[in-house]
Amino acid sequence: MAQATPRSTVEAAVRPIRKRPKPLPWPLSLYQTYVGKKWVMAITGVIGLLFVAGHMFGNIKMYMGEQEFLHYAEGLRTVAYPIVPEKFLLWVARLGLLGALVLHLHAAFSIWNHNRKVRPVGYQSRRDYIAADWASRTMLWTGPIILLFIAFHLADLTWGVEAVNPDFQSGEVYQNVVASFSRWPVATIYIVANVALGIHIYHGAWSLFQSLGVNNPQINQGRRIFAALFALAIVAGNVSFPLAVLLGIVE
Amino acid sequence: MKFTLKVWRQDGPEAKGRFETYEANNISDEMSFLEVLDVVNEDLIHAGQVPIHFDHDCREGICGSCGMMINGQAHGPQRGTATCQLHMRKFQDGATIVVEPWRAASFPIVRDLVVNRSAFDRIIEAGGFVSVNTGSAVEANTLPVPKQVADAAMDAAQCIGCGACVAACPNGAAQLFTSAKLQHLNLLPQGQAERWERTENMVETMEEYFGTCTNHGECETACPKNISIDFIAYMNRDYIKAKSLNRKLAGQGLE
Repeated sequence: MAQATPRSTVEAAVRPIRKRPKPLPWPLSLYQTYVGKKWVMAITGVIGLLFVAGHMFGNIKMYMGEQEFLHYAEGLRTVAYPIVPEKFLLWVARLGLLGALVLHLHAAFSIWNHNRKVRPVGYQSRRDYIAADWASRTMLWTGPIILLFIAFHLADLTWGVEAVNPDFQSGEVYQNVVASFSRWPVATIYIVANVALGIHIYHGAWSLFQSLGVNNPQINQGRRIFAALFALAIVAGNVSFPLAVLLGIVE
Repeated sequence: MKFTLKVWRQDGPEAKGRFETYEANNISDEMSFLEVLDVVNEDLIHAGQVPIHFDHDCREGICGSCGMMINGQAHGPQRGTATCQLHMRKFQDGATIVVEPWRAASFPIVRDLVVNRSAFDRIIEAGGFVSVNTGSAVEANTLPVPKQVADAAMDAAQCIGCGACVAACPNGAAQLFTSAKLQHLNLLPQGQAERWERTENMVETMEEYFGTCTNHGECETACPKNISIDFIAYMNRDYIKAKSLNRKLAGQGLE
């Protein structure tokens, strides 16, 4: 514990940069520390990874033709129907994803806000990073790019906002995708954003193991490989869709 | 060998610092980096100038007092080596070497290359100890410890508290230091009684002074004792356990 009155001038010279918060009841208390916030980031990140993987995998149906793709879209709205109302689980998933996104963003912002106070005077000579790679140091850039892309993607293919996708027709998912991706500037946005997503995943899908304390000599080598392959699969799958439309494979 | 040194000079905690350039001539390739600073300081003293202040003590890599950024890397380019054991044969003859103190809000500069690392003491005070009965030492094998556990605890206990992890971290986080100090006790039977209280207190004290980990892994490469970021993962795991276990104890009036 930090002493109330410093015992020496040496001790007095170093003051805390953060006040320890008053503890909230468990489990909220976990979110009061940055180690706990990293847990939340990792868990919400896993939710994001599962979603992104499922989204990419489902969209491969695009290659099986319009009928198959429409059937898949319809299937998403009627998961577990008639046991639960139509679109019920779809909305559960949507709200869950939204909650995860909000927590992920808040934790990221809070960690960024804390870390920027830690080194008020930076290094005056050039730093030479060894382990910190490009992906890990650009998380705060790839993150907002992905966030903007999510907004654009929803406006384009979920809400069908007039200004973004004028040819949008509700329910015609296959034609909407073709109409959207036939425009090369839109296709470019999708490709760039998915590369950013891949870079974000390359660090995140490895980092989450550390944050969650999943560390074992038997799996440690595999964690990097997992993250790299996961990122590669997502980028390859997602980038292929706009390319396929532009090249006329999907029309 | 000959070197040009660009060294950070700062007259006091509040003073404005600047880089000064010094020539170091007649350097043997077997000299350590600190010995080169000694040579430069000899020249400065003879010229009636103030020598470069830097922390040093054992000069055999175990005390953790010497530490500086050398060419943008904590403790210089050689892995697993403190500044005092960094030999000049690792540098090109005639090279320009830039030397700067650790930079972090909780490592204020005292003078030149000397920083105040007493924030580390606050973390240790928060739980980096075990309570044992005083008196004569117990029989060596009274408490059996599995070999793998003893080895892992020993790896963590190697931490010399030099601060290179904080200095190297882009976030100025002290996770590697804290996790090493925490886990070398948490792994062993002697550390079990206070394990969860220790984990909670040390982590929360760490967050009062330092940044937080975003898993760059830079600390591991800077560490002169090659301490692994595996200990950080272990600390993260123990922290979450500590939070819920301490809650249970509180519920039973055993806080």
